[in-house]
Amino acid sequence: MSSVLRFRKLCVTGPTLRNYESSDQKPKDVKQGIERQKVEKNKKRKKGWGCVDSCCWLIGCMCTTWWVLLFLYHCWPVNMGGLKGPEPPGVRLKNEGLTALHPVVLIPGMVTGGLELWEGRPCSQGLFRKRIWGGSFTEILKRPLCWLEHLSLDNETGLDPPGIRVRPVPGLVAADYFAPGYFVWAVLIENLANIGYEGKNMYMAAYDWRLSFQNTEIRDQSLSRLKINIELMYATNGNKKVVVVPHSMGVNYFLHFLKWVETPPPMGGGGGPGWCDKYIKSIMNIGPAFLGIPKAVSAMFSAEAKDVAFIRSMDPGLLDSEILGLKTMEHLMRVCRTWDSVVSLLPKGGEPIWGDLDSAPEDEHECELETKSYFQSYSRENNNSRNKDTRPQIQMKEPTKYGRIISFGKTASEQHSSKLHKVAPMELMQAISNATCGEVWTEYGKINRTNIQKLADNKAYTAKTFIDLLRYVAPKTMERAEAHLSHGIATNLDDPKYGHYKYWSNPLETKLPEAPDMEIYTMYGVGIPTERSYVYKVSPSDKCNSIPFRIDSSAEGGCLRGGVYFVDGDESVPVISAGYMCAKGWRGKTRFNPSGSATYIREYRHKAPSLLEGRGLESGHHVDIMGNAALIEDVLRVAAGATGEEIGGDRIYSDILKMSDRVKIELQV
Amino acid sequence: MPSARRRKAAKAITSDQQSTSKIDQPKNDLNINALNKNKKRSKRSCIDNCCWLIGFICSTWWFLLFLYNAMPASFPQYVTEAITGPTPDPPGVKLRKEGLKAKHPVVFVPGIVTGGLELWEGHPCMDGLFRKRLWGGTFGEVYKRPLCWIDHMSLDNETGLDPPGVRVRPVSGLVAADYFAAGYFVWAVLIANLAHIGYEEKNMYMAAYDWRLSFQNTEVRDQTLSRMKSNVELMVATSGEKVVVIPHSMGVLYFLHFMKWVEAPAPMGGGGGSNWCDKHIKAVMNIGGPFLGLPKIVAGLFSAEARDIAVARAVAPGVLDLDIFGFQTLQHAMRMTRTWDSTMSLIPKGGDAIWGTLDWAPDADHVCVAKKIKKNDTQTTGEIGVGFDDFKSHNYGRIISFGKDVAELHSSKVVRVDFKDAVKGDNFANRSCRDVWNEYHEMGIGGIKAVADYKAFTAESVLELLQFVAPRMMKRGGAQYSYGIADNLNDKKYEHYKYWSNPLETRLPNAPEMEIFSMYGVGLPTERSYVYKSSPAGECYIPFQIDASAEGGNDQGCLRSGVYSVDGDETVPVLSAGFMCAKGWRGKTRFNPSGIKTYVKEYNHAPPATLLEGRGTQSGNHVDIMGNFALIEDIIRVAAGAKGDDLGGDQIYSDIFKWSERITLQL
Repeated sequence: MSSVLRFRKLCVTGPTLRNYESSDQKPKDVKQGIERQKVEKNKKRKKGWGCVDSCCWLIGCMCTTWWVLLFLYHCWPVNMGGLKGPEPPGVRLKNEGLTALHPVVLIPGMVTGGLELWEGRPCSQGLFRKRIWGGSFTEILKRPLCWLEHLSLDNETGLDPPGIRVRPVPGLVAADYFAPGYFVWAVLIENLANIGYEGKNMYMAAYDWRLSFQNTEIRDQSLSRLKINIELMYATNGNKKVVVVPHSMGVNYFLHFLKWVETPPPMGGGGGPGWCDKYIKSIMNIGPAFLGIPKAVSAMFSAEAKDVAFIRSMDPGLLDSEILGLKTMEHLMRVCRTWDSVVSLLPKGGEPIWGDLDSAPEDEHECELETKSYFQSYSRENNNSRNKDTRPQIQMKEPTKYGRIISFGKTASEQHSSKLHKVAPMELMQAISNATCGEVWTEYGKINRTNIQKLADNKAYTAKTFIDLLRYVAPKTMERAEAHLSHGIATNLDDPKYGHYKYWSNPLETKLPEAPDMEIYTMYGVGIPTERSYVYKVSPSDKCNSIPFRIDSSAEGGCLRGGVYFVDGDESVPVISAGYMCAKGWRGKTRFNPSGSATYIREYRHKAPSLLEGRGLESGHHVDIMGNAALIEDVLRVAAGATGEEIGGDRIYSDILKMSDRVKIELQV
Repeated sequence: MPSARRRKAAKAITSDQQSTSKIDQPKNDLNINALNKNKKRSKRSCIDNCCWLIGFICSTWWFLLFLYNAMPASFPQYVTEAITGPTPDPPGVKLRKEGLKAKHPVVFVPGIVTGGLELWEGHPCMDGLFRKRLWGGTFGEVYKRPLCWIDHMSLDNETGLDPPGVRVRPVSGLVAADYFAAGYFVWAVLIANLAHIGYEEKNMYMAAYDWRLSFQNTEVRDQTLSRMKSNVELMVATSGEKVVVIPHSMGVLYFLHFMKWVEAPAPMGGGGGSNWCDKHIKAVMNIGGPFLGLPKIVAGLFSAEARDIAVARAVAPGVLDLDIFGFQTLQHAMRMTRTWDSTMSLIPKGGDAIWGTLDWAPDADHVCVAKKIKKNDTQTTGEIGVGFDDFKSHNYGRIISFGKDVAELHSSKVVRVDFKDAVKGDNFANRSCRDVWNEYHEMGIGGIKAVADYKAFTAESVLELLQFVAPRMMKRGGAQYSYGIADNLNDKKYEHYKYWSNPLETRLPNAPEMEIFSMYGVGLPTERSYVYKSSPAGECYIPFQIDASAEGGNDQGCLRSGVYSVDGDETVPVLSAGFMCAKGWRGKTRFNPSGIKTYVKEYNHAPPATLLEGRGTQSGNHVDIMGNFALIEDIIRVAAGAKGDDLGGDQIYSDIFKWSERITLQL
């Protein structure tokens, strides 16, 4: 404070002193006086014009220029913003004569939905009804611990901790932009508006994406709200069925809704078996994680998902450093593990889908192409030489063992299964630990070192065994979440146990509703390397409360980059997860799709945008695909009444059909 | 491009500055160098100093901003408490300590003007504003492209719906009307207090609607009424409790309309059946409800001169009165507001029986002096001397009179010439006024003179007047609203929707359990009738304006700058807000066949004690009352399950019962 006062004094006294002197000298000899005066003046100024003044001057200059530029920018006529971009699909289709017909329901995915505070602890004063998730995220920097505390849920119930109420933002604003300038649904909404959509026939089903699906109904009645809004839009728009557009985890949420709405009241919505047939025209899943994503495993296991946009993605570099006192990752893990929804994204279907120790449906995947496009997306022009260099290295002899979702050490990820050291699962589960740390943050604090070594000795975990691994390292989380979610494959769907809501979001353990006219689309990007399995190492750090496992980012080679094996996908969801159900599991009349609802696969090949394009009109990226012109056109056409056949049926670039054929699951009715 | 030149100069200075700062270091050469650079320096010094000043101001500003941001959030409260002593807990916190919990779901129905509107489709001049607020928020666009903005805010003159190619829609959700402009709360305080006792999005619903449309058209265009119905049903189904509805201002009329709509059978209504309200509504807590209309709106429609009804002018009256539109601000505003059907829902209803005849008015014995003193020196409210007994009654019944003398004369002495047959002149200003269309230009001089010759208009003749001066608008309005008093409510014609929002032409629903509250502020002078004069200027001007020079004597303070005022909340006179609950619906009347209980809760206006209090916690102002602690407490208690009698029944400060008695109406 005092330094500032001094600074101000300096600035104020400088000019006044100068004035005083100059006026004093005036009556003296005029001719010489003027010259001397000037010298004096300059002298004074030199003295006064110190570092601080220069700073002030510089800032002033910058401010002024900035204002001038800003002013010019604002004066710029609005409708002549330089280059005219290509016509957005909405405008083009409007000129073709398309108009709004079917009401549209948008279901956002994980992370992208905004959350606001309704009740909090004293540290969150003044944030009532302000966004604490989505928007500008300034509160993270201001009060990080307080923020984390409000975002986490209760560890036992998976609901609000006492005294804290954080609720989803309702309406279209919930997920149109995630952060300022980072669109999610905004482009799609604008294009829909071009052909005549507005608030009355477009509904954003915002829900709290941290909760397990059934809990959104128990706490917020989100499912009831969705049901009643669909019924309302159906009734007020001339009995037109709705087109549902879920994205990412919203896909699983809507699967859950489909079963919920037909189930009788105490557990379900009581719509009866014909509800979906009556109200839903088609479901257009964007970037669906039907069968889960491997990324969720690493997130659960070590909070290290490379870019699944949990908290790290906000500013990884910053968070890894010390602002929270070296415990950032641990804090994150603690928060993430209270979110049941993360568990809903764990790979489903076990080894038949995701592969066993030695084989996986993606076995024939060639990474060469991937790497090339991977490089292209970053630096297209000047990287030709590097591409040539890398190409010979990636000659695959042995198929990559994608089935081993987690393996310890690069060698373990490549060896044949017979050579792998295995530890009997029983032995793993036995070890009980004595907590050594006073304050337990993550459940790792309860596991002692030797047991951790034992876990690592098992070398490789597949889609079946990693669940046991997680049950061991995060017993509370898994116990809580598995009451709400299931990850298996049903052998007999008529078993009455499948009436329980925990199976509803798993497409392999439920039947689609009785709705022969309903269409199911799966629309996703391809051509981006997507995380599929991980090479881990035991973290050297022995500190209390640190996470004992790390992705071994030194492991490289072929599809393995930075400790992660990649396959084709949209950067978050591998093709097999997004495409399998529509390519095979539900195609025709199967036991998962008894009424034979039509399914369509629409793939969009990723094309990296040029700099001016922003996030691109042909992106295949998990979120950026929402701005993909071809995808938007498809959605618009269907919303305006077209059927799947009319927009061209399947559109496939990847090997999804081949891969699906390798998956051995009983599909007969 | 002077700015470009300036930038160039700035650049030159930068390079110079760099060189001089290099020179700075060897101090010995200082004098010589300084001498050499003398000429340049004297030239630069001015710009330099400017830059320095700006930089200095910027840095201090940033520094203060930084301090402000780094300040703990509880600091302002701490300061306030240090100055004024401990502030009382907000009602939500207080009642929570008493153990109140969220029980009944709450529905808010915002009033006119306060709801936000956003753009969904527009002309090219509105590029880049998709889903941005045109109304509410910052109003930045008003200044940037005023004509374009007016174009988009106006509705179609014939249909009262969207003009072709423009879609402006209400913002939905609680954000629609929590703040009108940044920092100017409407519902936000009430919402925050409700949240304290456990309310959240799932049991609070803001029934946002496009307040420019007539009530039935909100259903025709946006299905707003259906949406409200299904949301109320959802909240009742999920919580198992009936809802408490809180309409404000015009929302009161909107909700009256809704209650009739929801019971009416399907093509015209919502098909809820005759006991829908009984099943779903616990209480209707009307805040500042203009049940019987507003005199203010007459002036608004007649000459766009409502003193503060906040239609367009309120945004920045000073600026709008000047010439950004080229001297035609008021005409533009008038053109825009006349396309809004909703304004016509606020025209005084009930005619002379309610609002008074030429020589009689129910509230004519109102004492204005006390109010005046209160208004003049708010600090010394304790010293109000009443002692002015020698008033004569005001002719409030003459809602519009031409000239002050006419306003005061007895009716027998006023010479009136009927205007209805007057021939409207030719379109004398059609060309020169271009797009500043309003119907005055079709009236011609003859018509204008005829209006002025009629001298005085009561609530009934005001209707005829408006029909005369704005035939198209009133034709549209006539299909949507009615302003009379029903003789026989069993008449089939009263099933038409145009009667639904007039409490004097409908019955309340059959819901004996329901309660109706009328909550409004009193103690503020409220516009009641106007003294007009013909406007001297011709051509494109509005030919009438309020005679701002008409003032009452010192002891007769009711007339101030051409406006007679009466007790009320600054917008709604007590009579309009209170009559229905005080008399029209009290007990079993023909307007209230099932005997729904009614309560009148008045809140006496007390200006904020200190500047720090902002808009006050005891305000009785039409909008500021939404932050009145007593009112909030009443609402929270009802929402948590209390009945009207638990709150202490009526709470009266004004003469509403006396005045209501004077109104003779078959009940």
